[in-house]
Amino acid sequence: MAATTTPVRPHEGRLAGRAFAYWMANYRRVWRGTIISGFLGPLFFLVAMGFGLGALVDDGGLGGTGYVEFIAPGLLAAQAMQTAVGESTFPVMGALKWHRQYHAMLATPLGIADLVLGHVAFVTMRVAITSVAFAVVAVALGAIASWWVLAAVFAAVLTGLAFTTPVFAFAARQDNDSGFNVLFRFIVMPMFLFSGTFFPVSQLPALLEAIARVTPLWHGVELCRGLVLETATVAGSLGHAGYLLLWAAGGLWLAFASFRKRLVT
Amino acid sequence: MVGAHRLTKRFGEFTAVDAIDVEVRRGEAFGFLGPNGAGKSSTMRMIGCVSPPTEGSLRILGLDPATDGPAIRARLGVVPQRDTLDEELTVRENILVYGRYFGLSRAQVNAKADELLEFAQLGERAGSVVEPLSGGMKRRLTIARSLVNDPELLLLDEPTTGLDPQARHVLWDRLFRLKRSGVTLVLTTHYMDEAEQLCDRLVVMDGGRIVAEGSPRELIALHSTREVLELRFAADDHAPYAAKLTGLADRVEVLPDRLLLYTDDGDATAAAVHGRGLAPLSVLARRSTLEDVFLHLTGRTLVD
Amino acid sequence: MSAVNAIARALPIPAGAGLARALVERNARAFRHGWVTLVSGVFEPMFYLFSLGVGLGALIGDVDAGGGRMVEYAAYVAPAMMAAAAMNGAVYDSTFNLFFKLKYARLYDSVLATPLGPRDVAVGEITWALLRGLLYSTAFLVVAAAAGMVSSWWAVLALPAASLIGLAFAAVGMSVTTYLRSWQDFDYIQLALMPMFLFSATFYPLSTYDESIRWLVQATPLYHGVAMIRDLMLGDVAWGILAHVAYLAVMGLVGLVFAARRIERLLLR
Repeated sequence: MAATTTPVRPHEGRLAGRAFAYWMANYRRVWRGTIISGFLGPLFFLVAMGFGLGALVDDGGLGGTGYVEFIAPGLLAAQAMQTAVGESTFPVMGALKWHRQYHAMLATPLGIADLVLGHVAFVTMRVAITSVAFAVVAVALGAIASWWVLAAVFAAVLTGLAFTTPVFAFAARQDNDSGFNVLFRFIVMPMFLFSGTFFPVSQLPALLEAIARVTPLWHGVELCRGLVLETATVAGSLGHAGYLLLWAAGGLWLAFASFRKRLVT
Repeated sequence: MVGAHRLTKRFGEFTAVDAIDVEVRRGEAFGFLGPNGAGKSSTMRMIGCVSPPTEGSLRILGLDPATDGPAIRARLGVVPQRDTLDEELTVRENILVYGRYFGLSRAQVNAKADELLEFAQLGERAGSVVEPLSGGMKRRLTIARSLVNDPELLLLDEPTTGLDPQARHVLWDRLFRLKRSGVTLVLTTHYMDEAEQLCDRLVVMDGGRIVAEGSPRELIALHSTREVLELRFAADDHAPYAAKLTGLADRVEVLPDRLLLYTDDGDATAAAVHGRGLAPLSVLARRSTLEDVFLHLTGRTLVD
Repeated sequence: MSAVNAIARALPIPAGAGLARALVERNARAFRHGWVTLVSGVFEPMFYLFSLGVGLGALIGDVDAGGGRMVEYAAYVAPAMMAAAAMNGAVYDSTFNLFFKLKYARLYDSVLATPLGPRDVAVGEITWALLRGLLYSTAFLVVAAAAGMVSSWWAVLALPAASLIGLAFAAVGMSVTTYLRSWQDFDYIQLALMPMFLFSATFYPLSTYDESIRWLVQATPLYHGVAMIRDLMLGDVAWGILAHVAYLAVMGLVGLVFAARRIERLLLR
């Protein structure tokens, strides 16, 4: 197995910009639809959950924070996760199997690291765009009131990255979409619903709470929430960020190995 | 089996099939020969009752496709140009499920599936999914599938396009057997060797019209000479050489890479060419084929 | 399945051979190979139910379920999750799956070469979507009942009610799919579904809205689906429920006729 040695040759990766440029050129044809849903999605979600549902929620359970202020940073991180996973599943399988862009790239001077890094960079940019859009909507609605929102956007992008690279590694090992269904329904969806986005994880039974605290999303949510509510400590924030970085780096290493195994045989 | 009179298909301004008359008799193999875009597939779709004619009359198995579509399709077998196998199912399930579309009972399709897998030489792959099969295997499966309802009339749209020579011969063998067992075959092709091998009668189509009709032998006798002499010269343009050959053959065709001389005796004509002091790079005397018929009728080659 | 054929024959729409059941059988066989996908669909509404109903519900007091009925939040949100799941499942089957079969797998090219007609395709695909939906709603109802969120035998009728929601959305979804050009167009479907999912008195009562915009919420099909199932699961049924049934039935039948016509125009050229 390729993963037993280092999966990337030393000089590889310098040409990632070219792979990134390819995905950008592709994106330029379809960006309109994604911008509309990028703004309207958060708007609908914040209004319905924050204001509509929030009217029913007893703020006492949230330590005095209003529900919309509680949920906005949670949704920011959760949306970053969803964008990252969405962009790292079918598009990766498509480029491997259906449209075979990766094969085309490998026939040029680009190497495995170039095409992984280039595509990951593109996904990260997509996450950044949706995160900025979310932040703009949340500030406009008054759901986020702190200038720390700028840092929270970076935190959301980092959260996305912690999902992008492991999912790349996973997607490169799939032959059909049934694995994605399991990923969406048994990993992404439960994380979205139980990792502190909608209610504090302390509401969960002890075992589930322990599991929730290990998920990267919980760390992303806590990081974003601590920043925009200005309750974060330096040590705590660095801890969350470091944990997310660990996932991103480990995922990247696995992604290199998966891609090499799939494409270079 | 099939009777078409002034049959026409238009898509907006474009006329794909232009008032053709066709008569197919029971038990024969009938071919539509022509290049891509000649209107063969549009004609086949109309005969398959999945495309209503724009004008003209069409009767299939004595019935009218406009009102009896399902009843006609129940007695047809269709092999489309592109394989439309169900990739979510296994080889065997493709036949089972297709049989159920015809309203056959489970017992019937189970028995039929074994027989057809045998016929298509796919018995060993019965439980495999469709995707990894080779092109030839997929084509055989498509044909096997089309036979599940014991059709009286089998429509084959370019049955061997894209297959390697060996796979083509296996398919031709299967089609011969079907014909012997009494199935009427209607097929389209742009390979003249296929048309010569398989068809009792054929029509040559070009630009939506029928330009000739008859058995392969009749067509060659009528529109070509017995033999053809092919000459290649060491030049980019063969036209000047044609001028030097006047009178040596019934007709001379100039192609980009060679000259075709239509004559009843190829060797004698070759001797005459040398007699005029010309020294071609290569000389080939062969029998006329449908390709020559097509070239004569339309001024174009069939496959390019 | 003879009921399917009876429906197929009764509809004033394009040709079919009354063989829609063969297509249902085909889908069932295909799903034997992809059963993980089928089974995984059971869990999504349950996750929502336990996250919002139980986790968040602990922070919420009793809620007005309409007409002054005060219920626990979990009991309030459970019927909405069941109705929304019926909608989402039907839309997914009739848009995403159908688009794939139509444009990529070209499944219907081979189907229409047999006696089956466009009507059989429409009826067969929608029947399959409904059967699949029935599996999901049954599982959901059992779990909701086991968790004590169901208080009446009327709730059994929530199963056919969920199928009715599925029919309405599958028929319209199928019609819409025949107009789609590429996968990007699915963004717009999401854009229509998401507000409906969020604002149709699903997560909080109609009374939260200002009087002036309630009519807008009440005009959406999902509102009627949610209200219908909520009445049944709370065991509080009045004649008014027939209005919800009528709304969804008309939407389903009109959609079905239209979808079959569109499929005919698309495939039989």
